[in-house]
Amino acid sequence: MNTRRAVVTGIGVVAPGGVGTKAFWELLTSGRSATRAISQFDASGYRSRIAAECDFDPDGSGLSGEETGRMDRAAQFAVVAAREALADSGAGDVGVPPHRIGVSLGSAVGATVTLEQQYTRVSDAGSRWVVDAADPYPHLYRALVPSGLAAEVAWTSGAQGPVRVVSTGCTSGLDAVALGAQFIEDGSADIVVAGATEAPISPITVACFDAIKATSANNDDPGHASRPFDRDRDGFVLGEGAAALILEEAGAARRRGARVYCEVAGYAQRSNAFHMTGLRPDGVEMAEAIRVALDRARLAPESVDYVNAHGSGTRQNDRHETAAFKSSLGEHAHRVPVSSIKSMVGHSLGAIGALELAACALAIDTDTVPPTANLHTPDPELGLDYVPLTAREHRTDTVLSVGSGFGGFQTAVVLTAPRGEPGHG
Amino acid sequence: MGDTTTARGPVVVTGLSAIAPGGSGAEEFWRLVLDGGCGLGPVTHFGTDGFPVHVAGEVHADGTLPGIDPRLAVQTDRWTQFALLAGEEALADARVGPEGTAPYGLGVITASSSGGNAFGQREIQALWSKGPRHVGPYQSIAWFYAATTGQLSIRHGMRGPCHVAVAEQAGGLDAIAQARRAVVTGDAEVVLTGGTEAPLSPYALACQTTSGRLSAGTDPERAYTPFDAGAAGHVPGEGGALLVVESRDAARRRGVDRPYGEIAGHAATFDPAPGAGPAGHDSLRRAVELALADARVDASDIDMVFADAAATPELDRAEAACLAEVFGAGGVPVTAPKARYGRLYAGGAPLDVVTALLALRDQVIPPTGPHVRADPALGIDLVTRPRETPLHTALVIARGYGGFNSALVVRGLT
Repeated sequence: MNTRRAVVTGIGVVAPGGVGTKAFWELLTSGRSATRAISQFDASGYRSRIAAECDFDPDGSGLSGEETGRMDRAAQFAVVAAREALADSGAGDVGVPPHRIGVSLGSAVGATVTLEQQYTRVSDAGSRWVVDAADPYPHLYRALVPSGLAAEVAWTSGAQGPVRVVSTGCTSGLDAVALGAQFIEDGSADIVVAGATEAPISPITVACFDAIKATSANNDDPGHASRPFDRDRDGFVLGEGAAALILEEAGAARRRGARVYCEVAGYAQRSNAFHMTGLRPDGVEMAEAIRVALDRARLAPESVDYVNAHGSGTRQNDRHETAAFKSSLGEHAHRVPVSSIKSMVGHSLGAIGALELAACALAIDTDTVPPTANLHTPDPELGLDYVPLTAREHRTDTVLSVGSGFGGFQTAVVLTAPRGEPGHG
Repeated sequence: MGDTTTARGPVVVTGLSAIAPGGSGAEEFWRLVLDGGCGLGPVTHFGTDGFPVHVAGEVHADGTLPGIDPRLAVQTDRWTQFALLAGEEALADARVGPEGTAPYGLGVITASSSGGNAFGQREIQALWSKGPRHVGPYQSIAWFYAATTGQLSIRHGMRGPCHVAVAEQAGGLDAIAQARRAVVTGDAEVVLTGGTEAPLSPYALACQTTSGRLSAGTDPERAYTPFDAGAAGHVPGEGGALLVVESRDAARRRGVDRPYGEIAGHAATFDPAPGAGPAGHDSLRRAVELALADARVDASDIDMVFADAAATPELDRAEAACLAEVFGAGGVPVTAPKARYGRLYAGGAPLDVVTALLALRDQVIPPTGPHVRADPALGIDLVTRPRETPLHTALVIARGYGGFNSALVVRGLT
């Protein structure tokens, strides 16, 4: 019988609004939104000109010039988040051999910024199909294959166990943490650096979401553009960032006296097999993922204290996941607080699931539920408690976090307070 | 991973496919491999003047691909189209349809290494040459690494676990192992798994030239010679394979009495950071040993090894030394049919698994090809002509750029 369980002993974050876990949690509990006019390139020709950007200084974050020179922005985020998480947990200093350390890193679009910038260089700004291969940027292959992101995290973590990138679009972050928990449960690793990274704020990414009108065009009021569950929402706001969680086998973490934020108690992933971008309003596949995740955690729907929603800020998502909560949690859906941190840090595609799980771990740790910012006029069609505007003190032992992504992916993850510590904090 | 022979019996493969340079369809591909026919040739998808590489493994010349529904063709990259063709073949081979399984019983787990290359290049070119409003509506669903799994899920009504594994060439084995886990744990009844790759767009090929691992050879017959004293890099190719995996009991219930074989063991490891010690093969050897242990077999039980076959002197030496340590010098037949059709990245290792299963079926080790002479200093028994011999268990090795190692054991069912 499998009794190995994965617990979270360290957190590292690079997010809009501030680098580091402390700045991230201060932003989320303040209810402020870090969305703003895009500054990373001239977006004046675009439909959506807003994003949640990280004020990220590679030098100030401890990266060497050599590292910055070879790493895409997404890799830089991931490495900085991993280093913070490792330092937070202390797991790197307890003598676990390298081959028992793994990495599971999510990313939806990999090294997009580098690939696009370098493409313009070798194609005379897009004028040539057959590019000039004579003198490419020497690290271009690392950018072509997103596995290079996990390699960087493995190098900085000293990992020589299983190392993987998980790329299931916008559920990558949740799925990567779930895979990391599997490495622990299966006995493939004793420590896993699990998380996700994304740095997608580039012309091609902004243009591709423009083309399907998925992003908000509320360019006149960037700070209030991300409005999940609000009647006046008009699309998601692109974000960027990374989060890393240190997962350890529960018994080993307890024996070394590690600080435990929470346990990864259950997870499940289902697909709607319906449409690459469309969602049916009934949300049955997400509801199934929630049911299976709770079942694996051996928890009843009523035990969920907080739901961290996908909450991307599109009408179809709001209806889809609200229906999923109602059908999977029953009457309890009307009692449990539900919120979306995308209202504050935007939608960082593959990274956001890991940022959300970091927020959930902190919610359990502090018994505080982050709010849904900008929620002034709740959509009357929805009818749940979306924790508008201000954070809430709330006993939080069990958290459900869900994600939904292009391709039909629906993921649910359940985190619980450390065992034996009811009423912790 | 833990106990893999559950109450449902072992995880078996009931459907195969192949999309490969020189021959597509599992049986046609298998004949080509046994014949040692060469699927490599001059690049025809575009002109390679100015490129330090001229030979590749192309599935169809000029970048064409027959057999794709035009409505899907406009919204998918070539890499996804390969998978759509492979998925049709594998599911038909396994006689799996949406009927007869639980509503969430069918899953899709693929590997990808570089996504929708040609599609993405075309759209970025439109953006930079004409402006952002010329980017089409399908860029958001065609380029990203999850597109193939998503399209397969939709195409075949697969609503169970759907995942994407990325570890360059090693990811193909990791995806199959993840599918096996989904079946073992009961998360899925049947999983379509494997990987494909379409790395032959101009920009993607330019990116690959910076890996330092591509062959500059101009003679297709001699361009890719792993373990040869003249090894000078690999030839990139396109294609891959998808397989259908399920529990043996579920297969029996569906009337499949003779699966191709069992996915018996797997492990993945990672090399030390560059400069953090001698570049060796300890992590690769650990992957092999852990995969054997997972399959509950000894080195002496392995009848043939499908090598990663990177074809650079350093990487070939490391793989050969690993094999010598685990199996003894010359202690196991080693083959690398990819030397005749190219390195397919995320598609390569699943195609090796297909080849291994067909070798078990027909009791013949397919050749690396007549063009390779193993460097005697490497001490490996490299199979260069078809070798008929009793075969029961095979090891497949795949390494991914950056330090990824993956090993998978397949065995015939008695």
